[in-house]
Amino acid sequence: MTELTGTAPAAGAWHGGPPAEHTLRVRELIVEMCGSAGGGHLGGSMSLVEILVTLYRSTLRVDPRAPDAPGRDILLLSKGHGAIGLYAVLAERGFFPEEELAAYGQPDSPFSAHPNPAVPGVEMPTGSLGHGLPQGVGFALAARFDNSDRRCFVVLGDGELQEGSVWEAAMAAGSLGLGGLVAVVDRNTLQITGPTEDAVGLEPLADRWRSFGWTVREVDGHDIDALRAAFDAIPADADRPTVVIAHTVKGRGLPYIEGQTRSHFARLTERPKKRALSTLRAQYRKAAQA
Amino acid sequence: MTGPVTAPADPQSAEAPVPSSREVYRDLLVEFLNADERVVCLDSDTGLFNGVDFGKGAERYVNLGIAEQNLMGAAAGLARSGRTPYVNTMATFATTRALEQLKLDIALNDLPVRIAATHGGLSAGHLGATHHALEDLAVTRLLPNLTVVVPTDATTTAELLRQAQELPGPVYIRLGRDATPDLPSDAPPVELGKAQRLREGDALTIVATGPYPVHLALEAASALDAVGVATTVLNLHTIKPLDTRALVAAARASRAVVTVEEHWVSGGLGSTVAETIAELGLPVPVRRIGVGDRFAAGTGGQTHLLKRNGITVEAVLAAATEALGR
Repeated sequence: MTELTGTAPAAGAWHGGPPAEHTLRVRELIVEMCGSAGGGHLGGSMSLVEILVTLYRSTLRVDPRAPDAPGRDILLLSKGHGAIGLYAVLAERGFFPEEELAAYGQPDSPFSAHPNPAVPGVEMPTGSLGHGLPQGVGFALAARFDNSDRRCFVVLGDGELQEGSVWEAAMAAGSLGLGGLVAVVDRNTLQITGPTEDAVGLEPLADRWRSFGWTVREVDGHDIDALRAAFDAIPADADRPTVVIAHTVKGRGLPYIEGQTRSHFARLTERPKKRALSTLRAQYRKAAQA
Repeated sequence: MTGPVTAPADPQSAEAPVPSSREVYRDLLVEFLNADERVVCLDSDTGLFNGVDFGKGAERYVNLGIAEQNLMGAAAGLARSGRTPYVNTMATFATTRALEQLKLDIALNDLPVRIAATHGGLSAGHLGATHHALEDLAVTRLLPNLTVVVPTDATTTAELLRQAQELPGPVYIRLGRDATPDLPSDAPPVELGKAQRLREGDALTIVATGPYPVHLALEAASALDAVGVATTVLNLHTIKPLDTRALVAAARASRAVVTVEEHWVSGGLGSTVAETIAELGLPVPVRRIGVGDRFAAGTGGQTHLLKRNGITVEAVLAAATEALGR
């Protein structure tokens, strides 16, 4: 009856080669986009890479050749400022050719700095924070009405959790027992002015979600095996929504900006762009030899 | 021009009140829920559905609690999944508290969400300024993709809801709280997107929207006709898309246009009419009746607040007289 009913590919298998190759390529694409005239949200996209690569290469029932296929799982990037991370993962996964990302930020390009549904694989426009989880409640309710096991993953920033609408949705989802709804928190601990805990503190974060009726999993957000295990175990309880608190590092992959507030947005000229790309490749080689 | 003028009917003194627009809507929604599996009723604890038997549509009634942002966002997710959600809240909460969700989640995505906004205008009465909605038409008519409808009585509520059900995009429906008077039985059928012509005349056009403003317009027109000022009355129940053709035709044939609405005088019906006429350079003066640049004065029921805030037959007549230069 709806565009989302039907069959979907199985979740849990790994589609692709060694994970490190994919995460390297995604990070290179992010750096390239930050080298565009308008720049991009570097730090919060780099922290997302393993989360999104795991979701798109293993967890989500999606088909890059048919992004609107019926029965697919839904991913909403509620922290819309991570758009270049999402675009890079979608391109690297084959939703559209990587070369198209060269148009990022160009006049009339579909690649705006916040997710644009004109890009294949992008489900909803996000960017104003606190919108994704309420939308996810709607997607999960629709799945329930359809008797479908399709899931909705909502990727949130940690600073975003200061928006009240997140907790309106969290309360409703817990109360309604929406087992098909999954929140993934990119817990990189930083927002624009500094640490989240110095702005408006989020801790005890796991307890807060638990008290709203959610199953909580905490995981190293840069460990793909750990992320896969966490995502594959969802839902632990069919009648409870799940939150995966993914502990990450803002700017991950570029040690000279990792964990630094200034990584939030970057407009990379040629020299820093080259430096970033060579740093990423050196790290990859080092890890491959280890 | 001082024709005899009678006060508008007071629903609180009516012997057998017709159902309010929100009650008509509620009953129709039960029908929709049972006739169409896509329909979902999302409630924000309004109380409108207390004791309602939804029949086999009951599983598609969901109370999301007192949380209007989540209400609108969830409606968007449902609509994107192929459903037709009816969201329920008060007009002022739909259009100011949850405005960003209405704009970004629903209007930007052009999703088939129906926003059933009760307590439009001053119909919240003594509930006070926190519950009055004098801004909703200004806010909603700005939003691309959104259809904006103001039913006039029980019959037009049902008709417009049925017609809106077929629209592919989002619809804002402004409903009232208490019963309001019926339109005259000889009123032409109401058609979404088309002005309803309730009276014909070649001297003056009164354009109105909403139950009491339309009745005030009709009463003023009677009084004006009695003193030789033939008056057209247009019920612009669809604020967006505006029936520009009907408006312009009436304005061209008139020497003045007066607008009447239960809304702040800026931003709503009067503004959209004035903009249209000014842009076309039509040589007719426009006068707007609504609540001035202040929060509604006084305490009391809807009809009392209308009078107290200058939305009266006398005000319409004075504006017409002044605009016609008589």
